Amino acid sequence: MSNIDIAQHEITAEPFYQQQENEIALYEAAYAARLPVIIKGPTGCGKSRFVEYMAWKLHKPLITVACNEDMTASDLVGRFLLDKDGTRWQDGPLTTAARIGAICYLDEIVEARQDTTVVIHPLTDHRRTLPLDKKGELVKAHPDFQLVISYNPGYQSLMKDLKQSTKQRFVGLDFDYAPAEVEIGIIVEETGVDEDTAGKLVKIGETARNLKGHGLDEGISTRLLVYAASLINQGIRPADACRMALVRPITDDADIRSTLDHAIDTVFV
Amino acid sequence: MNTDELQLYREELKCNFKLLDEVFEDCLEEALRLLSEQGVKDYLDGASLVCMIGRGVEPVLVYLEEMPEIAHRLGEETLKIVSQAVWSMSRSPNGKAIISFLQSLPEAARRLGSREQFQHYLDIVFDMMERTSGSIHGFHTTIPSPGLPDLLEQMPSLLNQLSLEGLKNWIEYGIRNYNDHPERQQDYFKLQTADSRAMLQRERHGTLFADHQRKLDLYLQACWRDKDHLVPYSRGFDELRKPMPYYDNLGIRVPDVYDDIETADGVKVAALDRYRALLAHMAAHRRWTTSIFADNYSPFQRQAIETFEDSRVDYLACQQYPGLRKIFTALHPVPDEFDCDPENESCIRHRLTMLSYAVLNPAHPYKNPQIVEFAKRFHEMMQQGAPTTADIAKLATQFITRTRQKADLTANVYFKDTEIDYRDDNRHLWLYIEMADEEEMFLEEKPQEPEEPEDEGLPPRHYPEWDYHSKTYRPDWVSLYESLHPSGDPGDIDKLLAKHSALAKRLKQMLDMLKPQNYVRIRYQEDGSELDLDVAIRSLIDFKSGTTPDPRINMSHRHDGRDISVMLLLDLSASLEETPEGCEQTILQLSQEAVALLSWAIERLGDPFAIAGFSSNTRHEVRYQHIKGYSEHWNDEVKARLACLEAGYSTRMGAALRHAAHYLANQKTDKKLLLVLTDGEPADIDVNDQRLLIEDTRKAVQELDQQGIYTYCINLDSNIEPGADDYVTEIFGKQYMVIDHVERLPEKLPTLFASLTK
Repeated sequence: MSNIDIAQHEITAEPFYQQQENEIALYEAAYAARLPVIIKGPTGCGKSRFVEYMAWKLHKPLITVACNEDMTASDLVGRFLLDKDGTRWQDGPLTTAARIGAICYLDEIVEARQDTTVVIHPLTDHRRTLPLDKKGELVKAHPDFQLVISYNPGYQSLMKDLKQSTKQRFVGLDFDYAPAEVEIGIIVEETGVDEDTAGKLVKIGETARNLKGHGLDEGISTRLLVYAASLINQGIRPADACRMALVRPITDDADIRSTLDHAIDTVFV
Repeated sequence: MNTDELQLYREELKCNFKLLDEVFEDCLEEALRLLSEQGVKDYLDGASLVCMIGRGVEPVLVYLEEMPEIAHRLGEETLKIVSQAVWSMSRSPNGKAIISFLQSLPEAARRLGSREQFQHYLDIVFDMMERTSGSIHGFHTTIPSPGLPDLLEQMPSLLNQLSLEGLKNWIEYGIRNYNDHPERQQDYFKLQTADSRAMLQRERHGTLFADHQRKLDLYLQACWRDKDHLVPYSRGFDELRKPMPYYDNLGIRVPDVYDDIETADGVKVAALDRYRALLAHMAAHRRWTTSIFADNYSPFQRQAIETFEDSRVDYLACQQYPGLRKIFTALHPVPDEFDCDPENESCIRHRLTMLSYAVLNPAHPYKNPQIVEFAKRFHEMMQQGAPTTADIAKLATQFITRTRQKADLTANVYFKDTEIDYRDDNRHLWLYIEMADEEEMFLEEKPQEPEEPEDEGLPPRHYPEWDYHSKTYRPDWVSLYESLHPSGDPGDIDKLLAKHSALAKRLKQMLDMLKPQNYVRIRYQEDGSELDLDVAIRSLIDFKSGTTPDPRINMSHRHDGRDISVMLLLDLSASLEETPEGCEQTILQLSQEAVALLSWAIERLGDPFAIAGFSSNTRHEVRYQHIKGYSEHWNDEVKARLACLEAGYSTRMGAALRHAAHYLANQKTDKKLLLVLTDGEPADIDVNDQRLLIEDTRKAVQELDQQGIYTYCINLDSNIEPGADDYVTEIFGKQYMVIDHVERLPEKLPTLFASLTK
């Protein structure tokens, strides 16, 4: 399998990541022991950015898979394809990662069906192997290989949860939106707006987060706040930028819109 | 004006009441001042006409006194219009109402402000009068309108709250619903009935709290992380004492309606923002105010402390949300600095309001050194640190001491421009020492005896009913009582099932076909999750042997599950007791069998399923009987209830549909099916208009449709011609089935269900 281009999976530039607590040290310890990691947290709070940052810091290639409902086990593991000589095996992303010793990041794992999820089991315990039963091969994971999964406990329904047998193969990190000062720092660093504007954006973010469970499934994420700040940088009036980036995307509920619009008007005078 | 002239004018007024002579001069003077020469002539002619109706001196007096002002305001044509109106009213049986009619005019003129509007107003009143005057022999109107005098009496307050359009709708509603019931009509127009007030509420101008309650709840939640019960109070019915917003441990009281306002400087504040300002102020109190003991302060000191504390929480709120300052400033009255006379009036409110404004708006116009000084001290205090309620109380008492005036104690209190719209009454601020010492506290602290559980069933639920005349809902029109259906012997149902065992067997086969098979393979896909090796190899052979290969060599999977919940609503009206032609059983018994079979079938399929029966005895009593709930299985308890089905009363279907839908809507399934089993059109004994309930039911079906509920009617009415445009088509569109041979219902119903949900 020498034809895999490892370079394309490597992260060359340092991604900006603002440590909130001691998660970097925790992750490094988990990686040193090659323990699979589960990262929980609301959408847009920096889960993917964190994994990217850690891959950069550890100098390991990163393979990301966005999971969805229609994903099957063969989407992860690989499948036979047809070409001019007949059938040919094509590795899936998980297999590739196991072979080249990359960090494999399965984003929003609960979106995948439970029967799909179980294929990661043999990779996540002491065996560290991946049987390709259709091909009749047993892939032994590269010593550098690590599996990271993320999931958002907020909006999933009762139906979508990980099996206990899956959950108990991971060590976990809990993420949440950063505290106000840190979040202000993130927005300033990412976009270069002034601190005052960033502070106001965070304030609006907080009002929306208070509405979680009252009609909003999720509060306004840090990612959206950064978007709003980028719009402001483009010279748009702050209130308009907030409406466009913070309110319109997250809800169609007229009452909530009106409430958030009002909050924006009272914060950005 | 000399006596001769006066005499000339007096002669023109052809009316010989003695009483007139005393007031004539004053009235005429006003008329001459306000009206043209022709106007004065019309005025006197009009008064003569009013005199001729023979209703005594009173109408003439009112006419003479009120008309110059009205004519001046709306144009002199009104003189004739009004006298003609009075004349034609006197020709109807409603002569008694003339005085109230005339008395309602000045308010109407003031409110409506233009002649066209005024004319509309007269039209509305006359329309109401004509339509409510009764007749005995068909063409003579001989019975006066029962509601007209009451209506005219209410008119000033109605005009105060309603636009002309709203007034018209409100009157229209009363005429339509109470035209054949004189006492109720009177109650309606006296604003004494619940629906009269509800209608009034709906027609009011301004922004109703009820329409925005959720927004305000969300506002509290989002901006203040606060949550409490918001309770509206009405400002429409208390004329003497205006209630103020407040909060206590039972919730936050807010006015039921606010109008948009525009301040003197042209700043507009939308009603919704007024609500938000009010809530912001109260939420700020709830966050930052600590109660203090009232007993140590004099009434003036308390008043000052309240104002200072209000200013303090406003200041803190504005720090959180700077945009609030704009709204607060716009809503805050600006009393004129020199308007209050400190020698003769108690200026305490005036001073405090000025100070409060000065604190809120740094660009205030006040020069008074004390106001300026204390505003400055207030700001210094706020900037230095976080003063508490107790700290601010000290500043407030100093203010009172420093600004004391002699006349403060007089009863003549200056009130103008001192009411601050968005502030509550601060009852939460005070604690009273005595309370704890009093003996009744022991009583209060006792835990309340748990109330005896009522076993009379659930309290009634109210549902609106659609009125197709006005295209509006009648609010809370129908009272629905839900109760558990009485039980009989479950063995009867088992016997029925045994009787139909052959049918059950056939059904069972059919149901097995319907049973969900969760994971289904779909073959022959161009794009799929996996390669279908059989097909792929065949394709490859085709390809290698030179024929066109089939590209559909993949396969995929899909979930095939049933996700449907069902509600069966049984019409239990009296007509079900009939035995249709050629049958041995009543419709009720047949329905019983059919429902038993259907329930058995659905239980086997495992779909969530509920059964309820309904009947009605006027709008005040719609009975909704619970037979099977979603969480109950098809067991002996349910069978016992079904065994005991009884028919009676009428069929008011709309409310029952709405009630059934509220249960069904809570089911978490993809598809929701509401089956209605009925034998005739909706009808009730208190409704004369046949169409009304049909239209209401149609509306209910539309509402259900919007909630994602599929309604299907199984009709047992033998009078319906197949394919004819009948009420069933009108109500249910194409979603119905008429069962011609009722005796086959037990067989039809489960098959129908199966085919509906296939």
